[in-house]
Amino acid sequence: MIVFQKPKSLCDVPLHYCPGCTHGIIHRLVAEAIDELGIEGDTIGVAPVGCAVMAYNYFNCDMVEAAHGRAPAVATGIKRADPSKIVFSYQGDGDLASIGTAETVHSATRNENITVIFVNNAIYGMTGGQMAPTTLPGQVTQTSPYGRDVKQCGYPVKISEMLSQLEGPEYIERVAVNNVKNVRAAKKAIKKAFQNQIDGKGFSLIEVISSCPTNWGMSPEKALGWLEENMIPYYPLGVYKDRSAGKEAEAK
Amino acid sequence: MSEKVLMKGNEAIAEAAIRAGCRHYFGYPITPQTEVAAYMAKRMPKIGGCFLQAESEIAAINMVYGVAGAGKRVMTSSSSPGISLKSEGLSYLAGSDLPAFVVNVQRGGPGLGGIQPSQSDYFQATKGGGHGDYKMIVLAPASVQEMASLTIKGFDLADKYRMTAMILADGTMGQMMEPVELGDVEVKEYDKSWAVTGTKCARPHNIVNSLSLVPEELEQLNFARYERYKAVEENEVMYESYLMDDAEICVVAFGISARVSKNAINEARKNGIKVGMIRPITLWPFPKAPLLAAAEHCHTFLSVEMNMGQMIEDIELAIRCKRPVQLVNRVGGMIPSPEQVLQAIEEADKGGKAS
Amino acid sequence: MMNQILIAGFGGQGVLFAGKFLAYKGLIEGKQVSWLPSYGPEMRGGTANCSVIVGDEPIGSPIVNAPNTLIAMNLPSLQKYENAVVPGGLILVDSSLIAEKVSRTDVKVCYVPATKLANDSGFSTLANMILIGKLLKESEDMSFDHTEDALKKVIPARKMNLLDVNLKALETGFGFTE
Repeated sequence: MIVFQKPKSLCDVPLHYCPGCTHGIIHRLVAEAIDELGIEGDTIGVAPVGCAVMAYNYFNCDMVEAAHGRAPAVATGIKRADPSKIVFSYQGDGDLASIGTAETVHSATRNENITVIFVNNAIYGMTGGQMAPTTLPGQVTQTSPYGRDVKQCGYPVKISEMLSQLEGPEYIERVAVNNVKNVRAAKKAIKKAFQNQIDGKGFSLIEVISSCPTNWGMSPEKALGWLEENMIPYYPLGVYKDRSAGKEAEAK
Repeated sequence: MSEKVLMKGNEAIAEAAIRAGCRHYFGYPITPQTEVAAYMAKRMPKIGGCFLQAESEIAAINMVYGVAGAGKRVMTSSSSPGISLKSEGLSYLAGSDLPAFVVNVQRGGPGLGGIQPSQSDYFQATKGGGHGDYKMIVLAPASVQEMASLTIKGFDLADKYRMTAMILADGTMGQMMEPVELGDVEVKEYDKSWAVTGTKCARPHNIVNSLSLVPEELEQLNFARYERYKAVEENEVMYESYLMDDAEICVVAFGISARVSKNAINEARKNGIKVGMIRPITLWPFPKAPLLAAAEHCHTFLSVEMNMGQMIEDIELAIRCKRPVQLVNRVGGMIPSPEQVLQAIEEADKGGKAS
Repeated sequence: MMNQILIAGFGGQGVLFAGKFLAYKGLIEGKQVSWLPSYGPEMRGGTANCSVIVGDEPIGSPIVNAPNTLIAMNLPSLQKYENAVVPGGLILVDSSLIAEKVSRTDVKVCYVPATKLANDSGFSTLANMILIGKLLKESEDMSFDHTEDALKKVIPARKMNLLDVNLKALETGFGFTE
């Protein structure tokens, strides 16, 4: 009896992510959702620029690599070209919340019928650990070596809170992948975000709080602890908007 | 069979695009090309197409990237400052070998510049604009009829060579009305098995991508792309030759500058000056061969353009600097007058006789 | 024959519409035509002008720098373009709005109180078409033929109820004598 296997929607190739990185978990959750919904053959993914830039090699569905921050615009084009396809973007915090903020906000406000997976690990990973739009106050990075000084460079961007203020989007939820319970909740949210698209409900964004042991300079285990102690208080988990359930902006 | 109607150049582009099978338009408002978007906004919903006003030029070109990646005909239009914003996307389209159709109805620059006609984006269009080694097919209409016919041609060339075709017009061409005949267009089918249309779990996944981290591989990709560009240069050059058979002076001009120059040439011919014109219709690929041939019998070339001298460099290269090339120009939204061009022709004639 | 017409006035006076009418009339009559508006942030109240060329030969530049015919619907337009008119050309002046006289002596000038005529006739917005009617009368290359067909092309379908008044305005101008 097979008790564990790779989802069909993941290619059988090694991932390039650092040891302890949570991208692998999130990739798996997305792939499991696609498998369980039976949509692999009709799904098109859009990869970002950032650590997940080579996600096009990992997801087994058709994939497009977008310019930095433009994934929601590219996804919009793909979806408009054939609305029967299931289109998702997979983006990091620099991509989605800094250089691509306009594309994020406007695809949400149009209630574009796409699914956005937003991986927030509070740092630029691929370029070697610079300050991200979601870097916490006081957090040390390569470009905030004395800790993020909010007087100098402002406060972190809270995407889920921001987008939930818009009339447009259908579903906004923030989850985390730091423990089994949260991973299960994240899976449920991601699956719902795809189901919403299948049902034609519109824009769903799942913000996934995740870790970056390499650039945070911690062991994977310690990083998950730091995430729980520092990130979750700043970025509270929960459903921020669920129009079909009558839920408007409100955090748990 | 089709009736001649009066249309603005911008509208002719939009209608021709629809007839060429384009059902997806993305744009952002900017003068002097808004009629393209307005026309699309009106027509697309009625024919099952998609008109979407994007949040920025950048978003618009990336929506184009998405539709092109999905294998469908798609376009955007803008004017100079907007094309600068789109340049990132143009580079990615080239890097991913996607067919797209882009319109630039130029205005004076740099910066915000003005809104009056200009041809100062010649370098940007023909030499790249975005980063990296790449080319776009650049089409320069000189009438409303050509705004339509080159649009149809542009969609075909884009699909055929998997690259961006750009209409490089100017405010005058966009705003003027002339009779135009728009017949039915036979929309050719091209192989797009590379497109992201869903695997149906029946084939390996397709990837539309411009990233290649192995230098040896990226080099080969560039070589292969330039093989295609070479084929474009060999097969797709278009130009108009006007009174060139016995010409001793060759005017080179495109778009509205060519229209103005024609008046001057006709006037000069009345005075017995042997002057003709080569009007590039494709700015890339540039009509090098006919220019080089003209250098055999023309003592002077005049580059009439609405910029500080951009196409003049391509003329000099094409004729290998065998003959002097003089710049006749106005900039900033100003248009050369036929008198200005005539005067330059007369001076060139005197100079030619003296030497 | 190459008739180079420049129509100039305030935005909102129907400068572009009048030009379109002439272009369509030329098209129906099998002529070569072009129409080029000034454009920019001057929808109403600013200055507007349009170049119309109607001729037998293919049209080179669509820009009218040296008009055979100038229709001036306000003083700034007359002042700006009077000297550009070719010798022997024609200037039509809306004398209800322009008190000044044309100083040139080498051109033909018609003073038509178009705005007053339009107001008196109950179609106050059609001074433009009264001036065009006068042009059809005065120009050697033009006639009153095909006016209705041309109007049907330029009046939007939802405003076709205005066909008759446009015709009347053209007739008013055509029949006007100083």
